[in-house]
Amino acid sequence: MLELFDAALLARIQFAFTVSFHIIFPAFSIGLASYLFVLEGLWLKTGDEVYLSLYKYWLKIFAIAFGMGVVSGLVMSYQFGTNWSVFSDKAGPVIGPLLAYEVLSAFFLEAGFLGIMLFGLSKVGKRLHFFATTMVAFGTLLSATWILSVNSWMQTPTGHGINELGQFVPHDWIEIIFNPSFPYRMLHMTLASYLTVSFVVGGVGAWHLLRNRTSAEARRMFSMAMWMATFVAPLQIFAGDLHGLNTLEHQPIKVAAMEGHWQRQTGAPFLLLAWPDSDREENRFELGIPYASALILTHEIDGETPGLTDVPEDERPPVGLVFWSFRIMLLVGGLMALVGLYSAWLRWRGTLYDVRWFQKASIWLAPSGFIAVLAGWIVTEVGRQPFTVYGLLRTADSLAPVDAPAVGASLLAFIVVYFALFGAGTYYILRLMGVAPDGEGPKPGVPVRAAGTTQIASLGLEQSTGGISNA
Amino acid sequence: MLDLPLIWAGLLSLAVFIYVALDGFDLGVGLLFPFLADDKERDTAMNTVAPVWDGNETWLILGGGGLFAAFPLAYAVVMPALYAPFIVMLLALVFRGVAFEYRWRDSAHTGIWDASFVFGSFIATFAQGIVLGAFVQGIDVQGRAYAGGWWDWLTPFTMMTGVALCFGYSLLGAGWLILKTEGDLRFRAYRLATFAAIATFFFVCVVSLWTPLLSPEIYDRWFSMPNLYFVAPVPLLTAIVAALIAWGIAKRADSLVYPATVALLGLCFVGLGVGLTPYIVPRAITIHEAAAPDSSLLFMLVGALVLLPLILAYTAYSYWIFRGKVQPGEGYH
Repeated sequence: MLELFDAALLARIQFAFTVSFHIIFPAFSIGLASYLFVLEGLWLKTGDEVYLSLYKYWLKIFAIAFGMGVVSGLVMSYQFGTNWSVFSDKAGPVIGPLLAYEVLSAFFLEAGFLGIMLFGLSKVGKRLHFFATTMVAFGTLLSATWILSVNSWMQTPTGHGINELGQFVPHDWIEIIFNPSFPYRMLHMTLASYLTVSFVVGGVGAWHLLRNRTSAEARRMFSMAMWMATFVAPLQIFAGDLHGLNTLEHQPIKVAAMEGHWQRQTGAPFLLLAWPDSDREENRFELGIPYASALILTHEIDGETPGLTDVPEDERPPVGLVFWSFRIMLLVGGLMALVGLYSAWLRWRGTLYDVRWFQKASIWLAPSGFIAVLAGWIVTEVGRQPFTVYGLLRTADSLAPVDAPAVGASLLAFIVVYFALFGAGTYYILRLMGVAPDGEGPKPGVPVRAAGTTQIASLGLEQSTGGISNA
Repeated sequence: MLDLPLIWAGLLSLAVFIYVALDGFDLGVGLLFPFLADDKERDTAMNTVAPVWDGNETWLILGGGGLFAAFPLAYAVVMPALYAPFIVMLLALVFRGVAFEYRWRDSAHTGIWDASFVFGSFIATFAQGIVLGAFVQGIDVQGRAYAGGWWDWLTPFTMMTGVALCFGYSLLGAGWLILKTEGDLRFRAYRLATFAAIATFFFVCVVSLWTPLLSPEIYDRWFSMPNLYFVAPVPLLTAIVAALIAWGIAKRADSLVYPATVALLGLCFVGLGVGLTPYIVPRAITIHEAAAPDSSLLFMLVGALVLLPLILAYTAYSYWIFRGKVQPGEGYH
């Protein structure tokens, strides 16, 4: 029994580890594909070469991120079976077809047109090439749609029955696909992906602005990124609020964990800090804003909000992790909105490209989207525990008949390989980001190695590699 | 009513076969990488597959995802049974997948990423061969779960199928390079194809003779009357196609070697199918026992009938764009 528990825990860690690594790449490539679509579209419309050089600049980065997304995603599609075979057997009839649709409608579209997007500009002409970019961008969004539908069904399952073998079987596909939490999760994640890319682009733009204030490319990307931050970051807070209210309706205990509330209460405070203690079923320490939680969740000052003790102990998620991840997400999201608002102020004053401390801050905030995305997913996934299919199938009952040593060995292998290979990929991406975007960087069609031998480019490389991490 | 499980078994077999035909050549190029003369040849070889490799690998995702969706029970039994080979294969595919981009990004360490590409390709291919062999030799099932041990897949037969697949993919890779390159590289690809073809023919014979000995059921399927009349064309056609490959190599028929190799592997695939039907987990779970409910299968079939022809069309289009011989130095990097 003890051994089974160990295998279960290891399998959960392995899934958490591989999916956390994986989500970084799609979160980036969904937004970046849309950005590339906008850049190429604007180039075709206006003929402004700045858009084209930005397109080529970000395309190289996209290629690496996309490749890492493909190979880390491949792992996910088999891991359901290797480690969670009972879940696969039981939930397969419902979520399997949705995954199959993702592969058929999205993955092939992306992969089929990626080659043309990367290598084909000289072969197919501008218009067809733009079509390829459009298909890749559309494919990334379509893929997000299907996988978020699957995830949402596991959170808020509807439209199914359970057969004599204990399998979930589909009754109404529309109800399954458009399950109650799906529209909110879809909106929240798509905006998150766009914001993630905006802050990366903004950070890279700021980095080059600090080195060369006249660079048209650097100004253009910094400006585009800050427009996104101005409009999308506040919109995201609104979307997140809607998502939270939906969670309150369908997964009240998850919300109780996010809020750190042990007791059902009226006029609940919003806790800024707390130390949740599951054994004592209370917070050891808390600091909160009176009535704020009730006001946010029920829109009434003395509204009633759920508490963790509404359900037996074995139906509660791990509280501390959910509570703290939620606060990290809120903090980062709030910072992003502040950046957006402040940039609007600077733009209005006409000093967007001149305020150096703001550019330095933008560099620091470049990875903020990734942090918020990971924290948000930890909230929603850990908050779903102890179930895989919320309320219906327990995580402990989903496991494959695997031994702890086998899972432990594979977990170790994943950790070593992912850190080494995706670490190298991240390093190469940072190096590309360090190259100036205004024509000093590698020319299309010329191997990077050749460019690296010219002095200007190699100077740029050296500056950047040490720089971004120290900046 | 349509026999939906049977249709899906057919579609998934097709997906796996397309995977073998397509990713087989780019894994094969990885296997042949160490035998190329210099960095220039390796660059060109890499550029022949760079625009298409991730499309090729998507068929493997369809294989896994499709098995999960259409035959969840088989997926739930096979994956834990072949835990180690699958995990190793996935990790190896990560190693080779990242190399496509990384090797162009770091001139100081091209060698490391070339090694990553070669070993990743080799281990992924070998693991796929083991998976194939372990699948054919049978999986221990009780109830709705795998009941065997962690090393059941490790047998002389699976080691042999692992090696066999390496030679098969090498021949595909050589055929692809013959098709896509010129000059010294094409010449070298012919020499490599000669060795790979001899080894592949040898292993096709070994697999054909060894497999029936694994179980009396497979033996009867092939060697009892009147089955023999129905299945006899398979080995006959295989011999003809093998002769065609040998002729293509000898006569330097550039556009023949790759398609003929695909046909050869296709016949092996049909031969396996003869021995395995109606099982999806050999001699334990049939196609119909493992199938998801008809409502799931029908829902997917509608999508597949619309999307698969589209996928084949734009995949073909993409190959068409990049048709012809690849010139040294071509690529976006």
